[in-house]
Amino acid sequence: MSAEAHRVRGPTALGDGDLRRFWNLTRTLSATDWKVRFYGSALGYLWSLLRPLMLFGIVYFVFSYVVKAGAGVEDYGVMLLLAMILYFFFSEATVAGVTSMVDRESLLRKVGFPRAVVPLAVALVAAMNLALNLVVLAVFVVASGVQPRWTWLVLPIPLALLLVFSTGVAMLLSALYVPYRDVRPIWEVVLQALFYATPILYPIELLAAHSPTLAKIALCNPIAALIQESRHLLVGAPSLSDALGSTALVAAPLAILVGMTALGFWVFDRMAPRAAEEL
Amino acid sequence: MTDRPRDDVAVQATGVAKMFRLPTEQVSTLKERFAHPMRRQRFEILRALTDVSFEVGRGEVFGIIGRNGSGKSTLMKCLAGIYRADAGEMWLRGRMAPFIELGVGFNPDLTAHDNVLVNGVMLGLTPDQARERYGSIMEFAELEEFAELKLKNYSSGMNVRLAFSVMVHVDADVLLIDEVLAVGDAAFQQKCYEVLNRARDDGRTILLVTHDMPQVQRFCDRAMLLDRGRVVLIGEPRGVARQYTQLNFASPSERESIVRAHAPSTLEPDGVTILEAWAQNLLGPTTLFEPGERSGVVMRVRFLHAAREPVFVFTIEDERGGRLVMSSERQSHATGEHPAGAEIDIAAIFRNHLPPGRYWVSATVAEPDGGRVLASREIGHSFVVTGSGATGGTMDLPHDFSLTAAPPTQQPAHER
Repeated sequence: MSAEAHRVRGPTALGDGDLRRFWNLTRTLSATDWKVRFYGSALGYLWSLLRPLMLFGIVYFVFSYVVKAGAGVEDYGVMLLLAMILYFFFSEATVAGVTSMVDRESLLRKVGFPRAVVPLAVALVAAMNLALNLVVLAVFVVASGVQPRWTWLVLPIPLALLLVFSTGVAMLLSALYVPYRDVRPIWEVVLQALFYATPILYPIELLAAHSPTLAKIALCNPIAALIQESRHLLVGAPSLSDALGSTALVAAPLAILVGMTALGFWVFDRMAPRAAEEL
Repeated sequence: MTDRPRDDVAVQATGVAKMFRLPTEQVSTLKERFAHPMRRQRFEILRALTDVSFEVGRGEVFGIIGRNGSGKSTLMKCLAGIYRADAGEMWLRGRMAPFIELGVGFNPDLTAHDNVLVNGVMLGLTPDQARERYGSIMEFAELEEFAELKLKNYSSGMNVRLAFSVMVHVDADVLLIDEVLAVGDAAFQQKCYEVLNRARDDGRTILLVTHDMPQVQRFCDRAMLLDRGRVVLIGEPRGVARQYTQLNFASPSERESIVRAHAPSTLEPDGVTILEAWAQNLLGPTTLFEPGERSGVVMRVRFLHAAREPVFVFTIEDERGGRLVMSSERQSHATGEHPAGAEIDIAAIFRNHLPPGRYWVSATVAEPDGGRVLASREIGHSFVVTGSGATGGTMDLPHDFSLTAAPPTQQPAHER
């Protein structure tokens, strides 16, 4: 036994930089989270496909045929589904993120491990769901006869940015929730507001026709910006820079995205060493 | 900054301190924060650990003892990387596996299978290794048939067994064990000892927090006594255990002096020495008692100064930490006056109604009327009560059964 001596420095967000172990932990935690979700249901994992399929079916029907919000907009149905899927991912990752540290209390109080694993595992579970939902989306895309485009190859970029942003927000919320339990109800309301403030059910053109300034403000929201760009890449809707009216303005949602993510990481990093005592 | 530990040191702590800020008024919602933005939160500072320094050699079993709230668990959590120490430096050699608050952080909503995998990885295995060892973990815990049961349906004993089994299967070089062996049935405890002994023989290092003094003496190479976050004594287990017993029986002011003295010389502050203590039956000193036999425990005491009416106490402790106390203070007759230089044997004679098992005895001499402890000593050997048919009780009361016809029942008025 010639093991090296190492200093015990107490818990941190990222641990001692052993990325392999970090990934193993995140992967294992999210795998079990994923398992718990459908435990005891007869259809099991099938639900993670069926649920969005049915939900999207309803929304698609209501907004395409009953409300006709997308009248005159090409490929409205597919755009609606894409936006919902992306927003659901953000909502799932952050809602589960809020309580993640508190939910893992027993683990945090008994084992020393890189604390950021906890919100990351939650984001990873949401990402697995996102992947399944994207499969459902692909079915809708084919069914509605959208022509394949080269821009589809670029789609992973906004998706990756969304993943990073959601993880950053989840880290921020999970850290704040440890001392302030009112973060949860507040966040639920914020999400609700954000849902309607984001051009999901309505196309951005509808808002732009009403007030171009308002449309620009709405697109400063990173979620809205990423959704707009994804719509552009998927079915050729106006790109983010077109919708904002200038390429320079793209910097605004991007800056908010980077800023929020950095803030999330910073706050989490500061809280992580004390999490076990404050839980 | 201190240097890296020497090669033969597995755990090294230097000047470790840990404080907790306890809010005197719990402000835990934002509304309260907003409602009183100017009010600074008031904190009470609890010093859980102050200047704790020690070294544990490779392959050593190191006991950490102390009363509740003395900082044992906080120290373990600092070493395990769960709490961040406020000051000082800690070094560990190799991989460490913690076993804290009777568990390794299981999730009650997951099955034993999933929990084992998660915790195996948490304690340092790769997912593949965790899967590989899953079988032997369940086998050791003797829980194979409950593998797919959610942990919330496990009894607490099963939970501890599983947690302990995970911990010993992750190949850690340093085991941090906080009060484990108090739980679980006797057979499993035996197994735990065996596996820990094997771990020690393999050169692993074990830090063991416990309240069980016989355990400390049997199992540890050295021990450390903590009191209110400070190290009182580090040394061979028997002396440390004795000091602990004394701390436990002492009044607050005496505890202060015991703690301050830091030295075993305070063990006989008033010139009373317990030279020897042993168990005996009618034939003489023994380590075996037959059930129902007339038995005795004896201490030989030397008075260095004259003493009046000293109190003699024997404490018999069983394997589960259950205690029987025999005190001369309960006797009607006085213990008399003893001149300086006198040597006497004091025996407590009893008919042995202890159930079969192993027992440890400690002898104590104290001042009368709840005064100070003058001397205290453990019997060198444990004794065993032979016989079969343990009832599981703490005492086999001598009894007769009588069976008689019940008198005609009379119903109480209010039930009519």
